Amino acid sequence: MADYKNFTVETDADGIALVTWDMPDRSMNVFTEEVMDELDKIIDQVVADDAVKGAVITSGKDTFSGGADLTMLNKMLGIFQKEQANDPEAAMKMLFDGAGRMSWLWRKLETCGKPWVSAINGVCMGGAFELSLACHGRVAADSAKVKMALPEVKVGIFPGAGGTQRVPRLADPQSALQMLTSGQNLSPKKAKGMNLIHEIAAPDKLIETAKGLIKNGLKPVQPWDEKGFKLPGGPVYSAAGANLWPPAIAILRRETYGNYPNAAAILKCAYEGLLVPFDTALKIEQRYFTEILRSTEAAMMIRSLFISLQELNKGARRPEGVKPTKFSKIGVLGAGFMGAGIAFVTAKAGIPVVLLDRDTASAEKGKAHSAGLMDGAIKKGRATEDEKEKLLSLITPTDDYAQLDGCDLVIEAVFEDSEVKKSATEKTEAVIADGAIFASNTSTIPISGLAKNSKRPDKFIGIHFFSPVDKMMLVEIILGEKTEDKALATAIDYVRAIKKTPIVVNDTRGFYVNRCVLRYMSEAFKMLIEGVPPAMIENAAKMAGMPVGPLALTDETAIDLAQKIMKQTIRDMGEAAVDPKQFELINTMVDTHGRQGRKNGKGFYDYPAKPAKKHLWPELKTLYKQQDADSIDVEELKQRFLVVIALEAARVMEEGIVTDPREADVGSILAFGFAPYTGGALSYIDGMGVKTFVALAEKLGGKYGKEFDVPKLLKDMAAKGETFYQRFDPYSKKQAA
Amino acid sequence: MTDVFVYDAVRTPRGRGKKDGSLHEVPAVRLGAKVLEAVRDRNNINTANVDDIIFGCVDPVGEAGSVIPRSAAFEARYDNKAPGIQLSRFCASGLDAINLGAAKIAGGSDELVIAGGVESMSRVGMGMSGGAWFMDPSVGLPGYFVPQGVSADLIATKYGFSRDDVDAYAVESQKRAANAWEKGWFKNSVVPIKDQNGLTILDHDEHMRPSTDMQSLASLNPSFVMPGEMGGFNAVAIQRHPEVEAINHVHHAGNSSGIVDGAAAVLLGSKEGGAKIGAKPRARIKAFTNIGSEPAIMLTGPVDVTEKLLERAGMQLSDIDLFELNEAFASVVLRYMQAFDIPHDKINVNGGAIAMGHPLGATGAMIFGTVLDELERRDLNTALVTLCIGAGMGTATIIERV
Repeated sequence: MADYKNFTVETDADGIALVTWDMPDRSMNVFTEEVMDELDKIIDQVVADDAVKGAVITSGKDTFSGGADLTMLNKMLGIFQKEQANDPEAAMKMLFDGAGRMSWLWRKLETCGKPWVSAINGVCMGGAFELSLACHGRVAADSAKVKMALPEVKVGIFPGAGGTQRVPRLADPQSALQMLTSGQNLSPKKAKGMNLIHEIAAPDKLIETAKGLIKNGLKPVQPWDEKGFKLPGGPVYSAAGANLWPPAIAILRRETYGNYPNAAAILKCAYEGLLVPFDTALKIEQRYFTEILRSTEAAMMIRSLFISLQELNKGARRPEGVKPTKFSKIGVLGAGFMGAGIAFVTAKAGIPVVLLDRDTASAEKGKAHSAGLMDGAIKKGRATEDEKEKLLSLITPTDDYAQLDGCDLVIEAVFEDSEVKKSATEKTEAVIADGAIFASNTSTIPISGLAKNSKRPDKFIGIHFFSPVDKMMLVEIILGEKTEDKALATAIDYVRAIKKTPIVVNDTRGFYVNRCVLRYMSEAFKMLIEGVPPAMIENAAKMAGMPVGPLALTDETAIDLAQKIMKQTIRDMGEAAVDPKQFELINTMVDTHGRQGRKNGKGFYDYPAKPAKKHLWPELKTLYKQQDADSIDVEELKQRFLVVIALEAARVMEEGIVTDPREADVGSILAFGFAPYTGGALSYIDGMGVKTFVALAEKLGGKYGKEFDVPKLLKDMAAKGETFYQRFDPYSKKQAA
Repeated sequence: MTDVFVYDAVRTPRGRGKKDGSLHEVPAVRLGAKVLEAVRDRNNINTANVDDIIFGCVDPVGEAGSVIPRSAAFEARYDNKAPGIQLSRFCASGLDAINLGAAKIAGGSDELVIAGGVESMSRVGMGMSGGAWFMDPSVGLPGYFVPQGVSADLIATKYGFSRDDVDAYAVESQKRAANAWEKGWFKNSVVPIKDQNGLTILDHDEHMRPSTDMQSLASLNPSFVMPGEMGGFNAVAIQRHPEVEAINHVHHAGNSSGIVDGAAAVLLGSKEGGAKIGAKPRARIKAFTNIGSEPAIMLTGPVDVTEKLLERAGMQLSDIDLFELNEAFASVVLRYMQAFDIPHDKINVNGGAIAMGHPLGATGAMIFGTVLDELERRDLNTALVTLCIGAGMGTATIIERV
């Protein structure tokens, strides 16, 4: 047998070839051009060699494969865009062929005339699971490590190598469509229950079982290539089909608001594909796949949700030349809701935590928060009693600062009061080592100011969590004027250790995230005042792609907090800094009607006892004269939400608060769910083109006020035809630095 | 353009559209044949003079397939020269058949046309013709498909009709229909269905429940909670009408149109056509038109098409003596009355489909005949007939007596 770089092929005495995928320079197998070329040859070789009866494909690594290397898709798109200028039709044909390469390779495998079995020994994602589905037999190891999924939908594309065709030809159509449109992980048991794999074998019997299938005469013909094949759910046009498709379409809209063309394409592929023979179905899938690859949404989502996210998680912004920090102990000051949450995520990462508060009882209460979270996880089957005990044993509640001795990092999450924070800083610095880092979780007080309380402001930094800490994946790292690399590197190492995503932000009031969120809420207040029906405000925001309506979000963070922030802003910056009408709205809500938000069960919504659902406060409509709903331009409401946030993000870039567009984009999605299909607040602008965006903002500004003023930066970019990723190119900067 | 006159209008009684319904034993084509026979025999027509037979049929599949008016003409022993065409505009098909016939006569291609419709919902079944509208994601997504019941509930929610409002309307529909039957006001147009031995199979609308009251309706559960919530359709409706926070489900079998079997036919002709058969015109078709409307709320097309039609005809609402709007769901009529400020005593004065049923393809022609009879009985002049339509459309026709 020939030599391959990424595979070994060994044929045993029974004539069964074992194809083991083990890429030499990668920790996980992924599909590259080269891998596909080699597999193509291996298929030919298996067919050509009369001594070979069939083949088993498996992985030499701990995992089976992560699927396609998305940078390969990116490269393909790059070539397409370049070629398009020369010969649009040829470019399109090239992209079409490229988009279908993997699909037709799998089709070649399943029609090669000899039986193939996939032996799934670990995580098997995307194209790798599609390869497995093309095999005539599929065996998964009985192990918690084995997860199978077609997760493409999450990054703007879809399973385009036969996934949309083989899954609904194997599984019952409803679970097939759900699996395809959600990208959910399947355990071996679940996959077998769906009829997607044939057998589950003990990990050490995996290959033997796979080979056994071939020895027992596995037919090298897929069910859909047999005469008389019947779809598991019956024909599309049948009573069962009429019960399946209309709700499937409605539910897709309910879940996506029509914002994700890739998710819609999955349904289209399945529907159209199930009405025709398999080869025609694959061609239909290839057409849609090509279309989706060309979509702005795919480009933006792949970039932000896959490439940038991965880079930031790997510490893209970590200063070079600082040794990685191994955390032996971390201190958390303040065992309130935030502090308790920080202690939890730290202990969950296996790092010992000293949780300090005024008195031991308060500290104990903070630790109990972790116990509560673990109990919840145990109830859902996501954790064990052992794990809970182990986690709790890592948290030491105390009121004694001396316990902080030996901490590499201390995170302060005490009351938002400069004096309290000053005292906490001084008491801590009296104990911890000179090299240890002090971080503040403040959300409202500038870091440089707080750093004045410190003896060593170079080791003083902001680590800003979002609430609830255990769920929110983003952490803002705030650099004070004097913060040095060691502090930044330590903060990034810590955020990586707790498996969250760090973004680095320069010091300013509101940092990055809260500035954007306040704009979002404020725009909703303006709409209320204009007489837009409250439900329309909430629905328009969700239709724009936001996960939580702005009024519901205000309720969550509390309306009286909004009132406090407004009052503080007026104290700090004068009356003109707050829109008097919005101030009046909030004052009316809080002072006249006692509506503080979710916390007192009365906000923009009413919160009746469960199981009743929250609903908008009926009186809200009476506060302002309501406009006629049908005469309101809902598209414009949607645009206002996205544009007002994107403008704030652009200002943050202009002011140099955030310097890397990847962080602005990923941060906006992780922190407040900014319409993920756009790729984030800056990609939203890039995606439509800065020029178009500026025109849109100016149009809205003419009607809705100075919040839509276009920063000079954008005007300049529009004039030069630049995008954020060109002007603030994160990759060239790295080279320069 | 040539004037178009109405010479006659007949319909079958409406049988309950279930296996235990009286007309379940009668093939769909025979329902069509029965009204063709009635039109011929009542008017002594030489059927060789019939230029076309246009039937609405919403599910023209199975036994109702293959151009059912042509088949019905064979069974009714019409002359071979009388051709047939089947059309569908969902629930307005019967009225659209009349409008198409009128257009052919007005345009000069035809002189004598029989237009109507047929639907055997007990034998063929609603939705049996399938369709990309609700099945194909490339259509259902941009088309905001929701089932009609959810649309009807959306109308009630959006325009503020309570469960009591829609139930009260339904009670009144039953009362009016019972009264009209009792007084014999439908007698002239309803052709009893008899078997080959002359024995009567059905001679009245058997879906009616004259004893219906608010209390009996109150015991019914709303029908569209499940599809709305579990099926995702409420969310679709709300995304199209985002001022709505949650759909108020108020419709049920008692305030929605009944599922029934039936057929209807209307004899149309030019002056010359009428002269050929020696018939006296009863009314003139004054104007008609169609419109497409927002498809998620779907059933408000009558409002849009009425506005369009009045404008085209150069008429005012006040010119209309009687309105006939198909009672697909109670909220459809309530919204129409609200939009135009029409008093209840000018619309659906003898009840409608909530009481008597809605044989999809035939209803347009049935209510056309009903309101013509009523104009004559009251000695009034002008009526407007309209229906709401699946996928968001509206059809309307104005007739005036001659």
